[in-house]
Amino acid sequence: MSGTWMTTRAWLLMLPLLVIMVAVIGWPLVDTVRLSFTDAQLVGTAGNYVGFDNYTRMLTSSNFTRTLSTTTWFAVISVAAEMVLGVLAALLLNQEFRGRAVLRGLMILPWALPTVVNATLWRLIYNPEYGALNAALTQLHIIDDYRSWLGEPGTALGALIVADCWKNFPLVALIALAALQAVPRDITAAALVDGAGPFNRFRFVILPYLAGPLMVALVLRTIEAFKVFDIIWVMTRGGPANSTRSLSILVYQEAFSFQRAGSGASLALIVTLLVTVLAVAYAGLVRKTAGSAA
Amino acid sequence: MERKNPVFTAFIYVCALLLAAVILAPLAWLFVMSISPAADLAARPLRWWPQAADFSRYAQLLSTAENSAGAAFTSSLRNSLEVAGMATLAAVVLAVPAGWAVSRTPSVGWSLSMVIATYMLPPVALSVPLYMGLSWLGLLNNVFGLALIYLTILAPFTTWLMKSGFDSIPREIEAAAMIDGAGLFQTWRIITLPLAAPVVATSALFAVLLAWDEFFYALLFTSDQRAKTLTVAIADLAGGRVSDYGLIATAGVLAALPPVLIGLVMQRALISGLTSGGVKG
Repeated sequence: MSGTWMTTRAWLLMLPLLVIMVAVIGWPLVDTVRLSFTDAQLVGTAGNYVGFDNYTRMLTSSNFTRTLSTTTWFAVISVAAEMVLGVLAALLLNQEFRGRAVLRGLMILPWALPTVVNATLWRLIYNPEYGALNAALTQLHIIDDYRSWLGEPGTALGALIVADCWKNFPLVALIALAALQAVPRDITAAALVDGAGPFNRFRFVILPYLAGPLMVALVLRTIEAFKVFDIIWVMTRGGPANSTRSLSILVYQEAFSFQRAGSGASLALIVTLLVTVLAVAYAGLVRKTAGSAA
Repeated sequence: MERKNPVFTAFIYVCALLLAAVILAPLAWLFVMSISPAADLAARPLRWWPQAADFSRYAQLLSTAENSAGAAFTSSLRNSLEVAGMATLAAVVLAVPAGWAVSRTPSVGWSLSMVIATYMLPPVALSVPLYMGLSWLGLLNNVFGLALIYLTILAPFTTWLMKSGFDSIPREIEAAAMIDGAGLFQTWRIITLPLAAPVVATSALFAVLLAWDEFFYALLFTSDQRAKTLTVAIADLAGGRVSDYGLIATAGVLAALPPVLIGLVMQRALISGLTSGGVKG
């Protein structure tokens, strides 16, 4: 079979996928770009060309800068905590003890729990009048009065981060565990014989094996965290006083609550650009880590 | 590891118990809430275990009596099943030929890379034109429309999984069948697809889980019982004026049951699928 026929056949086999992808991703993305230069409303008027007005208005609004910083805090803290907890859990699961297989099986539960159910569950746990967290902390005499964990700007974002971590650190743990099991036993044994302490064994023997897979998990989790919508929408809708509003929620409000399709589109593209820059920067980092670990 | 120090062993067991408690406590509490009488849930100090288990909320949510909480719940359950089923079927049908093509003809791989790169796009970047397009097609608040939109998430992912699955099937086996005179589709039917069946099944399960979990597009593009999915119905319950928290918890348990069962039964396949992405990049 000739190479050209192979290539033609490959394109023909990919055609259905590519057609659908252009219809549901390609075209909407291009249309979002077009809309971002208009003052279109979600329903009704097609809108007029307004140049970069939407972009300058969005970028200079205090809403945007505040939301960007909220989103960054959410992403940085939750992803960092997930990485640390995930690696610690993986190191534990890599030890030999009775019930290890069961515990490893349990780790799949938070991951399998639908995001909205997780958000609902934690919303109930944090409930200011009947929630389990208030009940437990008062019964243990850690706090005197029930608190509105999600109702106060000071605690709402932290409460969200805890809920997000609980759902996502087990996935990091499973990825890290798979990498740990690839570490050859004789290498760790040799390090032990050479007198390396636990910290040095982790830093110089185990970490190089973990670095690649963890970087990939870090990239994927950071992108996800930066795009966060579901968990925040269900738990706080961005409140109280917009203290937990993420970029995706800001776009939703602009485009759908206020029906300003044009400025909503420009904001969505700014977010897309930020995520892309983040991903490209990370991709370079991954390649470097993969190179140095190999 | 190799040390048999009793202090170290005790430390390991304490950590293991702690980890198990962290994972299980919230889940157990969700279930306890679902079977606790409303009075127990409102009691101070809170009653951590119901005096009498009350499963009536499950019957209430699964009943189909008109205008009841059950009617809204069962219709959203049906919609979720329909949307997840249709979107998964479509995604697999698109992914099998495309994944095979990229696996066997790496020169077209860049197009799949582009498709996969769309993972970075936040859904909000597509939502406004998709909303207008669905509205123009009369597919807002429609399970077909929603299933079509779910392909934005499901199709790239399943294609990527299928591609790595086909990579592990030696092309020599296919070549042998072709030399014996089998055409492409015959080769697939006799050789490739039976060998790829586990990968197809894993991809389909992942797709079902992704569709079952989806919330953002469902929130935007559905508005009543004709198309609202479970995730939207639960968010409505959680954010609404329902005074019985046990009912919200019950809806949560029922919505979590299918993916959690899939997760437990398919553990091995799911973990290897998840980690192969992590390990191979």
